[in-house]
Amino acid sequence: MTRSGFVIANLFRRRTRTVLTLLSVIMAFLLFGLLQSVNTIFNAGADFVGATRLFVQARVSFTSPLPISMLPRLESIPGVARVAYQTWFGGVWQENTPLIMFSLDPQRYRDVYPEWVMPESQWQDFIRTRTGMIAGKQLADQYGWKVGQKIPINSNIYPQKNGSKAWIFDLVGIFDGKDDEWKKRTNLAFIQQDYFDEANQFGVKGRENFFILKLSDSNQAAQVARTVDAMFENSPDETKTQTEKDFNISFVRQIGDIGLIVRWILFAVFFTLLLVVGNTMAQSVRERIPELAVLKTLGFSDGSVLGFVLAESFVLCLGGGLIGLLLASIAGAMVAKGTGGRFQLTVDYRVWLLGIAAIVLMSLAVGLLPGLRARRLKIVDALAGR
Amino acid sequence: MLKQALAITGISIRSIPERWAPSLVIVVGLAGVVAVFTALLAMASGFESTLKATGRSDAALILRGGSDAELNSAFDRASTDLIKEEPGIASGADGRPLASAELMVIAELLRRDALNNGANITLRGVEPAAFALRPQLRIVAGRNFTPGLRELIAGRGVVQQFRGAAVGDTVRMRGSEWKVVGTFASGDAHDSEMWTDLNVARSTFGRMGSSSVLAQLDGPDGFERLKSAVAAEPRLSVDVLREQDYFSGQTRQFRKTIGFLAGVVTVIMALGAVFAALNSMYAAVAARGKEIATLRALGFGAVPVVTSVMSEALLLALAGGVAGAVIAFLLFNNVSVSTLGQSFTQVVFSFKVTPQLVVRGLIIALIIGMIGGLMPALRAARLPVTVSLREQ
Amino acid sequence: MSNSQPESNLMPESMVEVRNVTKVYERGRQQIEVLHGLTFAIPRGDFVALMGPSGSGKTTLLNLIGGLDQPTSGEITVGGRRIDRLSSGQLANWRAQNVGFVFQFYNLMPVLTAEGNVELPLLLTRLSGAQRRRNVAVALEIVGLADRAKHKPKELSGGQEQRVAIARALVSDPQLLVCDEPTGDLDRKTADEILGLLQVLNREHGKTIVIVTHDPKAAEFARRTLHLEKGQLLEQAA
Repeated sequence: MTRSGFVIANLFRRRTRTVLTLLSVIMAFLLFGLLQSVNTIFNAGADFVGATRLFVQARVSFTSPLPISMLPRLESIPGVARVAYQTWFGGVWQENTPLIMFSLDPQRYRDVYPEWVMPESQWQDFIRTRTGMIAGKQLADQYGWKVGQKIPINSNIYPQKNGSKAWIFDLVGIFDGKDDEWKKRTNLAFIQQDYFDEANQFGVKGRENFFILKLSDSNQAAQVARTVDAMFENSPDETKTQTEKDFNISFVRQIGDIGLIVRWILFAVFFTLLLVVGNTMAQSVRERIPELAVLKTLGFSDGSVLGFVLAESFVLCLGGGLIGLLLASIAGAMVAKGTGGRFQLTVDYRVWLLGIAAIVLMSLAVGLLPGLRARRLKIVDALAGR
Repeated sequence: MLKQALAITGISIRSIPERWAPSLVIVVGLAGVVAVFTALLAMASGFESTLKATGRSDAALILRGGSDAELNSAFDRASTDLIKEEPGIASGADGRPLASAELMVIAELLRRDALNNGANITLRGVEPAAFALRPQLRIVAGRNFTPGLRELIAGRGVVQQFRGAAVGDTVRMRGSEWKVVGTFASGDAHDSEMWTDLNVARSTFGRMGSSSVLAQLDGPDGFERLKSAVAAEPRLSVDVLREQDYFSGQTRQFRKTIGFLAGVVTVIMALGAVFAALNSMYAAVAARGKEIATLRALGFGAVPVVTSVMSEALLLALAGGVAGAVIAFLLFNNVSVSTLGQSFTQVVFSFKVTPQLVVRGLIIALIIGMIGGLMPALRAARLPVTVSLREQ
Repeated sequence: MSNSQPESNLMPESMVEVRNVTKVYERGRQQIEVLHGLTFAIPRGDFVALMGPSGSGKTTLLNLIGGLDQPTSGEITVGGRRIDRLSSGQLANWRAQNVGFVFQFYNLMPVLTAEGNVELPLLLTRLSGAQRRRNVAVALEIVGLADRAKHKPKELSGGQEQRVAIARALVSDPQLLVCDEPTGDLDRKTADEILGLLQVLNREHGKTIVIVTHDPKAAEFARRTLHLEKGQLLEQAA
């Protein structure tokens, strides 16, 4: 037996009580892990994206398209290495599953997004095939698409010239991401804009939702952005240019203050948990006053008795917390897989760090008062039952 | 039997104050679950009721075929003129069809609470008939816009949540300046919009046609008549919906998402509350062990004992549930927020803590209380009398 | 030997020297003086039974000798060391090395086995796990419970629990054993066994033992009996 053995043995003094308290802690940290990862999705700002690309959209909204005639003027701006463009296609898979799908110029897009990884032959096929389409790996895996298939996609905005909403594309390539972060974003699909311009019924031609500028020097991002917006100020096509990262953040912010909601829920959860575990620890110490007194008679110092109580509360919170976070990781991975990558619920290292901090704080909060009481108790009074 | 049960229940409930700490655990735990559950669903309910309140069943919204939102729809002028002449549409005071062609475009405003937080607002270009078609809409500040001028009126929700939409403010769009001359209130989703003259919107945004046509239906069969006439017209490819049906359809996505979130969070919290309640009730039974055993030795049956434990659990759970509902109501009811609607523009709505929501929350609390009380109660009843008497 | 006069200075054979010790308790606003200027000595190797009516202060005196409490005034020297002015941390250390306690209600840790309980005081030492286990085995051997080492207190009889408590008191090899009503909760036969064990520890292992007891039979096992009445000492030879 050792001191830690003693601490753990004491935890199982009343097995049912310990197990139930442990389960409560697990539930709280399960929720913590899931909600924090939701929060991370919405508020992390996609740091990995970096500032090498600028998104140019119409100032009022990205739903309002910009004319392709802006392209040469954008290319002329110093600091701009390459310009690509893309337009929302509004594709729907099989009746009611909306896809994230854009029409674009394949070569330009490839130049601006080196993070996508696809065999050279497939890139060439995409560039060459008018009716060609490429899809991200997660998307393709989810719907069982294979290169060489003809994929029927409905559009809820643009019918074809023959009036039909159903478009058929040739899947000529499946792309993946260069690293873990980019792999998680492979839930997109792309088609050729030339084909789209030609085949859509409304004669929509050369209308872009975004121009994407690849910078030759990412330190010049702010400067180039200002130049672009100044160039088109007071014209009918006023622009708003920002880094890709800022664009992601501002989009999410429109949904609402997710962070606030998550914080409120977690506050309620941990407040209750504090009460539950605190009560357990307090009861446990109260029952053991004579035993703690005996420890002191044996020669254990006041401080070491406090230490035993704190250690006990730490083991309890740590055990429950780790299991809860683990369950959250598993659940998150299942959700990510099940939604084809659309809901990337990953309990990553940031959430774990926060979780551990919460575990430590919680152990202190629930163990300190009972521990101090244990430290204070007078041997003689305790043994006499006073 | 009943008297026995009541007697024991009375004793056990009166002794709750001695065991206030574990009892508090149940109350607080359940308050938390019910408060969170109620708040989340109040969001969904508020959003839904705002959109449901929008639109009438005796007005039809005509969109281009296959669009699922006004924003995705577009007609040219010829089509709108054609649509207005179709049968099934009622006539206005001037003898002309009571229909309004409307153009949806997007404007950007800053949120009130943040410095750099821009959001997309729907700007609706309308014809004079639009006002006649929406009698619930009133100007509550300033005046209506003048046709032909770059003037706007802003919905009350917009003024509340965003900056630069008050009377006298100026909004910059597409390289031109627009003056906000009034505030309107219509008690539905339109409160999240800004309105202006259709033709001015057209010329500024470089659009020729409109997004949709709203028409007053003529008589109970007006909808069917309009629908069949339009389907038979080869030059038109449009969808006809009752205005109300269109708006309630728009809530689908949000309702699903929030429903899912509320479900997951509530289930996990409820499980946590069940474990906490079980813990407290086992402690309660243990604390009263001798008392219960004495009662049984005296001749009280097992059922009254079980009942007393269950009643204690249910009472505490109910207290927690009520507290949670009250907290949710006080903190959140009628609090105004906004989020992204189906058209990527903001919809302003308020949390609505409805009576049904409260009842559902209380039912959840009672279920948790029941589960939390059952096993400890059975254990209390089954413990051999002699063991209980000896237990400390 | 009846001798109520203290030696003037440390007699090397004195295990415990109590000099003019007074203990005052505060109960609410009242001050109760439990011991009044007590003075006596316990030589090394002695086996003393401290007896007296309830409220006489015998447990209080025992607590003072064992370093569980401190006198209001006076001096207490145990094993040549003044313990009346030590800080609580120093007292704890001193207790670990110099005295072993046995209580009326065995005060074993219910979550530990017999050997776990006996090992507890050794966690305060620098001994390795193996060394600790050896010492525990020896202690359990001495009290005759080697075969019950792995049992938990609830699986032991009253007498066996008390033996485990004694083994625990012995395991750090203290000079002084202090027992508060060690047979109070036992039947006659078991009580005699325990008293017999204490006698063995005193005669064969040289432990100085002080027990507080109501048990008149204890006087037969001890070498000396001290009577305490209203905080004053009356001695009787064994």
